[in-house]
Amino acid sequence: MAASAVTHNEMDQKRGQVFDQRVLSRMLAYLRPHRHRMILAMLLMLVGTGLNLAIPYLTKIAIDQYITQKDSQGLNQIAILLTAAFVILYGATAGQQYMLSLVGQRVLATLRDQLFRHLQVLPLGFHDTHITGVTVSRVINDVGVINDLMSQGLVTLLGDTLLLVGIIIVMLSMSPLLALLTFSVIPIMVILTLLYNRKARYAFRQTRAKIAALVGNLAESISGMRVIQAFSQEELTEKRFEKVNRENRDVNIDAMTLSFLFLPAVEFLGMVATCIVLWIGGSLVANLTLTLGVVVAFLAYVTRFFQPIQELSQLYTTMQTAMAGGERVLELLDTYPEVEDRPDAVEMPPIQGHVEFQHVSFAYRNNVKVLHEIDLTIQKGQTVALVGQTGAGKSSIANLLARFYDVTEGQVLIDGIDVRTIKQQSLRRQMGLVPQDPFLFTGTIADNIRFGHPAAPDSAVEEAARLANCHEFIIETPDGYNTQILEGGVNLSNGQRQLICIARAALMDPRIIILDEATASVDTMTEVLIQKALNRLLSGRTAVMIAHRLSTIRNADMICVMLQGRIVERGSHGQLLAQGGIYHDLYEHQFAKAMADQGVS
Amino acid sequence: MSNSESTDPIPFSPPGGRAILWRCFKYLRPYLGITLGSYLLMLGIDILVLIIPQVIGASVDQGIHGQNTAFLGVAVLQLLGLTLVRGIFIFLQGRWIEMASQGVAYDMRNEIFRKITHLSFSYHDRTETGQLLSRTVQDVERIRFLTGRSVLRLIDGFILLIGTGTAMFWINPRLALLALVTMPFLIHRGYHFSRHFRPISMAIQQQMAVLTTRLEQNLRGSRAVKSFAQENMEIERFNKENQTWYDLSSTSVRIQAVNVPLMSLISNISTVIIIWYGGQLVINNQLTLGELVAFTTYVAQLIAPVRQIGVIIPAISQASASAERLFDILDAQSEVQNAPDAIPLPPVQGHVRFEHVSFGYVTEAIRDDLYNTEKSRLRVKERANGATPDRMIYIGSGDDHFQPSRRRLNILKDIDFEAKPGMVVALLGTTGSGKSSIINLIPRFYDISEGRILIDGHEIRDVTIESLRAQIGIVLQETNLFATTIRENIAFGRSNATEEEIIEAAKAAQAHAFIETMPLGYDTLVGERGVTLSGGQKQRVAIARTILKNPRILILDDATSAVDTETEHLIQLALERLMHGGPNSTRPTSFVVAQRLSTVRNADLILIMEKGRIVARGMHDELMKSNPTYAEIYRYQLRPEEDSDRATLHLTGSGRS
Repeated sequence: MAASAVTHNEMDQKRGQVFDQRVLSRMLAYLRPHRHRMILAMLLMLVGTGLNLAIPYLTKIAIDQYITQKDSQGLNQIAILLTAAFVILYGATAGQQYMLSLVGQRVLATLRDQLFRHLQVLPLGFHDTHITGVTVSRVINDVGVINDLMSQGLVTLLGDTLLLVGIIIVMLSMSPLLALLTFSVIPIMVILTLLYNRKARYAFRQTRAKIAALVGNLAESISGMRVIQAFSQEELTEKRFEKVNRENRDVNIDAMTLSFLFLPAVEFLGMVATCIVLWIGGSLVANLTLTLGVVVAFLAYVTRFFQPIQELSQLYTTMQTAMAGGERVLELLDTYPEVEDRPDAVEMPPIQGHVEFQHVSFAYRNNVKVLHEIDLTIQKGQTVALVGQTGAGKSSIANLLARFYDVTEGQVLIDGIDVRTIKQQSLRRQMGLVPQDPFLFTGTIADNIRFGHPAAPDSAVEEAARLANCHEFIIETPDGYNTQILEGGVNLSNGQRQLICIARAALMDPRIIILDEATASVDTMTEVLIQKALNRLLSGRTAVMIAHRLSTIRNADMICVMLQGRIVERGSHGQLLAQGGIYHDLYEHQFAKAMADQGVS
Repeated sequence: MSNSESTDPIPFSPPGGRAILWRCFKYLRPYLGITLGSYLLMLGIDILVLIIPQVIGASVDQGIHGQNTAFLGVAVLQLLGLTLVRGIFIFLQGRWIEMASQGVAYDMRNEIFRKITHLSFSYHDRTETGQLLSRTVQDVERIRFLTGRSVLRLIDGFILLIGTGTAMFWINPRLALLALVTMPFLIHRGYHFSRHFRPISMAIQQQMAVLTTRLEQNLRGSRAVKSFAQENMEIERFNKENQTWYDLSSTSVRIQAVNVPLMSLISNISTVIIIWYGGQLVINNQLTLGELVAFTTYVAQLIAPVRQIGVIIPAISQASASAERLFDILDAQSEVQNAPDAIPLPPVQGHVRFEHVSFGYVTEAIRDDLYNTEKSRLRVKERANGATPDRMIYIGSGDDHFQPSRRRLNILKDIDFEAKPGMVVALLGTTGSGKSSIINLIPRFYDISEGRILIDGHEIRDVTIESLRAQIGIVLQETNLFATTIRENIAFGRSNATEEEIIEAAKAAQAHAFIETMPLGYDTLVGERGVTLSGGQKQRVAIARTILKNPRILILDDATSAVDTETEHLIQLALERLMHGGPNSTRPTSFVVAQRLSTVRNADLILIMEKGRIVARGMHDELMKSNPTYAEIYRYQLRPEEDSDRATLHLTGSGRS
């Protein structure tokens, strides 16, 4: 995540718009439900700003009218007044902060929920073409940046501007000459802060990049530790780590050095302002054109007007980042799903299992047709295998059947019903999909098996596991069905993951099954287990299988050989071999290869 | 990153206490000069901080009140000069302490890394990558803070408190007492705030990680989510976690909103006291106006450092908890170590013998409870009490270490076989049958509990690990390439290899052709910042790096899993080359965890494994007759059931080639 934050920052610089009205107004809409709280926060902010202005003035009165005039009674009164002012200031600050942050977090949570919900209706195509990490970063990081701006940024902008203007007015009214002279440091201050912000942004981006590199190197080395030790490359690896480690150290020192330069510089400027007040103010007091109280009040105001100036200069940077973040979030929200339920879509009645493709043509977004005029009828309970090279259109047929996409021409009928007229979820609930890459969620094994049917009882889970041949290995793990699956399923072998995926599909008792080369990546012994499990799963159900290894599909009722988006041969294994066409060649080729392997040895 | 983070207790007195903190500070030794320097500068800064309000006070009294413009001019110049010096001091001090503490972090990270690379497989088996990462990144960061700014600021705060107090007492003891009366509250509030705020902000961070994981899982599994129509369920789960996040956040927001302004209020009360009581003193001529101004400046200067004191104390105890976790790693003993009298293994012929080898360990299911916050909280507590549970004890050392939560895992039982130089040994069995364990024992990634493993008659525990592994080549099931050039990946085992050797190895591994098509050829970067290689391409690069090593003993672990048939064929070709040895060398002894039966058929010895034992052994023809399981698998894979005639035809046809 650290790495993606870096690239984002780089992107921000390119996008780099401080005000984008479209983004801003859409983001502000999220504040609408909270307008009461926002208004209250604004009012509290006004109170706070007023007090911040009044307090040094009260101090001035204390000195000029009471202390120097030796009015003890008046001093008591002003002390009470000051105490009251501070207490109210506390209430106003605390209240304002609480309101704003609360609204900010609420908006944040809402936006995240909305994004997540939106992601669920986006088509598979979206997930196929977007890198998970980038999408995650939008939902997590970008949304956070927007919050920074909306809840804190806007009020800071308003509050600081008010405070600054107020201080300037008060100072000008107390002593125009002294005020103007004191203000002479402001331009230097602004330039200094902007300069620092730019340098610091780069420097701290560097530190994030370097720590990300360090984590990356470390993670890679730890997961590659077996290779490192097997090749006795400990020293070389250590040297590599030392290098990123050193770079990380150096950029951190550089970044902090920058802060240590900036901080004293700001303090020095503050002291310059103080000295102007003391020196010029002192001379004016000597000329009796100014009271001592004014000088003391000025000293207090000087320390107060530096803060808003710095905050405002920083806000500029925040705005830039937030606008870029907002744009990215909106972009995601504006991605519309390709496959949507029609308003009059109905629930799919219980499926019998008769599937028909009628003149189906299909193109993905890029308008390049991947299927041409497919006609295919699968009788209830039949198994159809799709064979062909990568890109021949096998997966597209499977995707259309589950209605992950809508056909471009023709129609897909299940039990005579066009799949576009029914609700997607009611259709898929009756289908089982066993993917090529067996993905398991973190959680227990049982959770994964009952994924499609969260309320399924333990007995049903076990039954599905037995059918899928995975009951045996599950009960051999220390915690049985409650064994936690680690991220990526790394604590199980590929074959075991595949068996669990089969159990997951079996539990749904689906009428139609789609198998995407389920045995591609497992060892010999497990392949036998999987084949047996699949045979059980397929019996009595309609199935579409995608296969690379011909050995797995010999028993299919029909084999369709696909070439460039068309079905070019169809028939049973025996028929196709007898035909002597593409299938025959493919079959020969695979066997020839197996033989060639032996020939070499 | 690690779930245990959020549940770190923040005890008042750190567990393990001073010894651990002292051990952290010892890391400052190489940076003694700049560390001492920055502490001295801190003293200098504090003195200036004490002088500056005096000058301001004097300029108000004598310069403004006394209407001495000349004095005012001098005072102003003095002030600017002092601030300049102070600025330079602050800069140097900050830079030096940063250099020292970053140095400490650098050294510590190197040390941890070195340790990690030397710990044996069994350590890595039971340690999560995330755990090691968070130790090396976050925990070190906390210790860096401890050895750097935090203790410095703590001492600084106290010195300033005492110094300012003294200066104020010197002007007016009673006013000083009144002005300082709020300081203990300030420290307390800082401490209180930090103690409550830290755990919750960490809980938020963790919840954020939970949200991220939920989202990531959902996106990665989107196909499953859609095909099982679980969108609503997923939304519900995400909303729930999001709500938890919101609840935590709003608590944190409340703590901040109440406490941070409260600290300002406390310090402002001090100012009011000074103006009110100090003002009365001025009215009674017991204090000058300038002294009053100096007082307010003193108090204003004191607030930030005093607030810090409260905040730093919990950070220190947290750092000490971090340090304890870190030293756990640094003090871990590698289970596989060179014997004191280990000799280098002379160049071997490749004769490998297992004599009644048993292997197993007792393990705790620690991976599981990492996902259970409650349990991991207990685990942290357990650690905080000083009990560092010994997570794994070899059975060989006796079963009396048994505890209820531990489980016995006997992986291999009485394994006995012999491989003569140049032989191909194939291992067959289901996942978990022990075939991978056998091949992991040969390079001594683990130590056995019973029996002996001999290579050319040398017991492998009697020779140095480096010399043993240098003569063994391994192609693992999961290919790990490093984020560097293809060239460096191939030369991984032999960084002095020539260009010709590298290309030759790549050619033999069937990798040269695809490497050539890359824009930068052998200089192409792979991994995150470079090109993404397919599984089969990675595997072939890994084979090339093993070929380059030209080993006498070769271990191949399921190298063709997860690739398509075309690539599988290429990999098979590469492996055959590997098993036949280089052009100038004889065949290495090979151990193959079999995937394709075509490899097995030609093995000199086939071992069929089941539940940690060898249940059948022999050559292909023998096993076809004697072992029904073997025969079944063989038929299943190579001979179509419905079409057995044809398959037989092809099998006999192989005789021609």
